[in-house]
Amino acid sequence: MIKPSKPLSVSVLGLGYLFLYLPIILLVIYSFNESKLVTVWSGFSTKWYAALLDDDELITAAWLSLKIALMTAFAAVAIGTWAGFVLARFGRFRMLTLFTAMINAPLVIPEVIQGISLLLLFVAMEQMLGWPQGRGIFTIWIGHVMLCVSYVAIVVQSRVKELNMAYEEAAMDLGATPLKVFFVITLPLIAQALISGWLLSFTLSLDDLVLTAFLSGPGSSTLPLVVFSRVRLGLNPEMNALATIFILLVSIGVVAANQYMRASERRRAREMRMAFQNEPTVVETGDSPAMARSARGAGEPSLLTRKGAQS
Amino acid sequence: MNVQTLERNASAASRQQGKGFVEVIDVVKKFGDAVALNHVNLTIEKNELFALLGSSGCGKSTLLRILAGFETATEGKILIDGEDLARVPPYHRPVNMMFQSYALFPHMTVERNVAFGLRQEGVPRNEITERVNEALDLVQMRKFAQRKPHQLSGGQQQRVALARSLVKRPKLLLLDEPMSALDKKIRQQTQFELMNILGKVGVTCVMVTHDQEEAMTMADRLAVMSEGEVVQIGEPTAVYEFPNSRFSAEFIGSTNLFDGVVVEDEPDHVYIESASLPVRLYISHGITGPLGMDVSVSVRPERVVLSRAKPQQPYNWVQGVVKDVAYMGSYALYRVELGNGRMVTANVAGMVLSQGEAPSYGEEVFVSWNESSGVVLTK
Repeated sequence: MIKPSKPLSVSVLGLGYLFLYLPIILLVIYSFNESKLVTVWSGFSTKWYAALLDDDELITAAWLSLKIALMTAFAAVAIGTWAGFVLARFGRFRMLTLFTAMINAPLVIPEVIQGISLLLLFVAMEQMLGWPQGRGIFTIWIGHVMLCVSYVAIVVQSRVKELNMAYEEAAMDLGATPLKVFFVITLPLIAQALISGWLLSFTLSLDDLVLTAFLSGPGSSTLPLVVFSRVRLGLNPEMNALATIFILLVSIGVVAANQYMRASERRRAREMRMAFQNEPTVVETGDSPAMARSARGAGEPSLLTRKGAQS
Repeated sequence: MNVQTLERNASAASRQQGKGFVEVIDVVKKFGDAVALNHVNLTIEKNELFALLGSSGCGKSTLLRILAGFETATEGKILIDGEDLARVPPYHRPVNMMFQSYALFPHMTVERNVAFGLRQEGVPRNEITERVNEALDLVQMRKFAQRKPHQLSGGQQQRVALARSLVKRPKLLLLDEPMSALDKKIRQQTQFELMNILGKVGVTCVMVTHDQEEAMTMADRLAVMSEGEVVQIGEPTAVYEFPNSRFSAEFIGSTNLFDGVVVEDEPDHVYIESASLPVRLYISHGITGPLGMDVSVSVRPERVVLSRAKPQQPYNWVQGVVKDVAYMGSYALYRVELGNGRMVTANVAGMVLSQGEAPSYGEEVFVSWNESSGVVLTK
């Protein structure tokens, strides 16, 4: 086996991370720059953060983005789960391949094309039906949901595929109708996939620019749109401040979620280890001190069972 | 009172004992062109523990899934207590199943798992509590009622799964490979515990297993299945002592098979000539079939005697050389090579071994058995 040279691997790793994070670090540093010029350092200041708070246009746009992202995430999870479940569970029905391809298509179709086609559709509909009137939150929402459904469907599909059918069969065997099984057993078991699908949709919607550019109308500029239009007029340290805040929020969110998941995983592993450590004492000792002990622990039952066994 | 109620129900049920509580009538199941079940007929009596035994792919699991309602039979009927189940969906069948993986709902406590079936039925809350406690007492798991499944050991999970499938008082309980997820060490004891509980409750049971020891230990009767067909049905001892085919003889336990031709067939005995033996095979019961018919004779290893001296009897012996000796504790497994290169397996009891009289590796020995040990197999 070839042993990797340690200095070499460390420096390659370092270069890689530098490539990934140097721009972000620079951005954070320059958000504290006093100068109005982004590239010239003239002293430490937090004035750009203060300026952010007074920037009504940015704050309105941020709220709008947040609203659309929330709406998109919920709608995409509802529709995507449905599609993913059907793809994973309904076996090989006719046109399955076509259906799969059509669900996955938005992942590979360039957003520009999606944007243009949706725009054409909405304009045509407005001319023929008088609805939707103009472009705004609603049209952006439709576009974002269309984009995100595919991601959710794929995440849910792979989770449902690896889910042991026995859980659902057991629930049905115990008297639950298929619809009830879906809501009481399947959904809780795939909850993690739903959460990741939700988060994925939320972030996709929050920072989508291309699709939004086609579908937004007057008075419905999302945060990415505003940022992009301002950057075109010249870089502004205020944007650096905004970006820094975003990075901070995202980092906190990711780290907290990771911590929580690792902690619960560790707790689960510990509990499982404990359960199996008990096994030898519970089962090996004949008919059985351990079981008698557990029955006595619960109070009455040991007497009851003994009576039951004799009669 | 809890366990007694269960028992009272059980004894009430067993009073009206009749034949054919569960009837599988001419069931065929096809998956596309593949035939999983080929005209299967079974009659299972009330409160019987019936085992479907076979290697993987023999159709036993398919039959179990048809009984549960997860698959529909291509042809044929299933009756439980006189009711045709063809059009009854799994969630309305009086049938409950204990799954191979137990399938305990991981997001619910033990108590909620066991209560699940009753809640679907809309049983009043206080009755649910009572019946869940009763079921958990039965399997001695009440102490663990508030635990989640992953906090239980394999044996404990199995008992919870059993409680969950018994709590609805099903007419038929299905057990899918009940022991396969357990360590070999705890299997045997668990088998006896499971039998005790099932006996106490008094429920008709169909069990699927590929482990012939498990089927022999637990089942009242068993059906040996192969390639979608039932090969033999009977009590474990009957199937072991009197297999009706080469498949049964070889699948249940191990055996020595001698191919031969019937040369004399009387009501009370039969002589068979085999190329492997210098003398005839003699069996003390008659068979039905023409002279000259090709048959196999099955002789179980524990019926075979090894001796250094030539046996007195003029039949049922053959000479060979000891090739392998495997010491198994209570007995030793001998493999003796005959003149024509065939191997015969013999079990030698521990007592003979300890007296130092047993032949050792490489010795010339005579292999013999008495006239009631052979079983004639015609197919």
